[in-house]
Amino acid sequence: MNKRVLIVGAGIAGMEAAAGLSSLNYEVLLFEKDEKPGGHLKNWERLFPTQRLGSEVLEFLEKGIGETVKLISNTNIISAEKSDKNFKVVSDKGDVWYGDALLITTGYDLFEARKKEEYGHGIYDNVFTSAELESLFLNKKELLTHQNKKPARIGFIHCVGSRDKKVGNVYCSKVCCVTAVKQAIEVREKLPECEVYCFYMDLRMYGMHFEELYNEAQEKWGVTFIRGRLSETAENIDKSLQIKVEDTLLGRPLRMTVDMLVLMVGFVPSKSTTMLGKEVGIDFNSNGFLKTMDEHTSTNITGKPGVFVAGTCTSPQTITNTIIDGRSAALTIHEWLSKSGTV
Amino acid sequence: MKSKDFGYQAIPPRHIDYDKNDRTLFYFLRRREPSISICFSCGSCSATCPANENTPFSFYRIMLYIRRGEKLQIAREINKCMLCGKCRLVCPKGVNTRNVILITRDFLNSGGQ
Repeated sequence: MNKRVLIVGAGIAGMEAAAGLSSLNYEVLLFEKDEKPGGHLKNWERLFPTQRLGSEVLEFLEKGIGETVKLISNTNIISAEKSDKNFKVVSDKGDVWYGDALLITTGYDLFEARKKEEYGHGIYDNVFTSAELESLFLNKKELLTHQNKKPARIGFIHCVGSRDKKVGNVYCSKVCCVTAVKQAIEVREKLPECEVYCFYMDLRMYGMHFEELYNEAQEKWGVTFIRGRLSETAENIDKSLQIKVEDTLLGRPLRMTVDMLVLMVGFVPSKSTTMLGKEVGIDFNSNGFLKTMDEHTSTNITGKPGVFVAGTCTSPQTITNTIIDGRSAALTIHEWLSKSGTV
Repeated sequence: MKSKDFGYQAIPPRHIDYDKNDRTLFYFLRRREPSISICFSCGSCSATCPANENTPFSFYRIMLYIRRGEKLQIAREINKCMLCGKCRLVCPKGVNTRNVILITRDFLNSGGQ
């Protein structure tokens, strides 16, 4: 009989690992709490750095899991444990499944912008998150202020909930810088009259073609980048927003009125990641993500034999890296199952 | 009668008032010399600048003043450049620095129109 692998979380990493394991002839059960697979990718219209559609990548992943992977959706796995030779997972409805190996791909949640109270999300009408802006793009909604006016000036605030000890997250979320550049360009495409400003601490354009996109944003689309971190937002009587930053390249404070503010929210370990990590008894790294055996050489292996991890439950990652990590997990699990056979 | 000067005066606020500043020069420059948009303030120009050796003068700062519309600062700094062009040689983004200086000088000399 084929060995069975249990995968919790049908986001990018889970789907790609499922596809790999399935093509290696394992029986794969892929659990998903939502109705449909795809995780956060479902909420993203276009992807950096090429502006290709997120739905194309989702199609690729769906094709991968095809008919052979058993997708068990609308199912929230709340506990996982080693029982005799197998792993046992239990859903919140009390359903039970067994398998020979367990892969955790429970991903990330977006940082809750309200925690940065001084930025005004949830307090002022025209403060949005990057995800809310993307949702407007995805649903083909017109880009308007809360008062149904075309914005004349939009500010993007980088590093919201990232590199910020005050909210407990000292790490960089990796994808927000280039996402801001991508979304800034999209705003200029949709509203050529609208001025766009990005407020950043450092611009981390580490990926292939990221730097070119940043260059294009400045040269072709006239996006202005101002080095400095937002100190606070205040609302004017007409519901526009007054922002204060230190222009750190000039060493002087700067004040500006914007019609909309977009907060580039970072990654935090998802609730399922934290819950399941504790449940299974694997270690967490200093940033609260799941700890891998070795940061360079064993990114899919945990301290518990037979329990594997992949994707953004271990660290913030781009889609490209998440796909690679999922694929790598499939091979790692295959090696482990071929050698040890049982748990 | 002239009042006695006690040496006190009201100091204007230091902040850059982006809403009030006039950025006509920046928009003018961006049309004439688009490479002004891509400066990322690395400072290579200033590190190699002979004018910066003995007096505080910095090309990338002028670029920032232009982008922010800080007119006083631009007028104060722009004539310190000797047009040697060393900055043009070291700029990693290929900004046409001398052209920026020349256009800015023309703009200011023609009354900023």
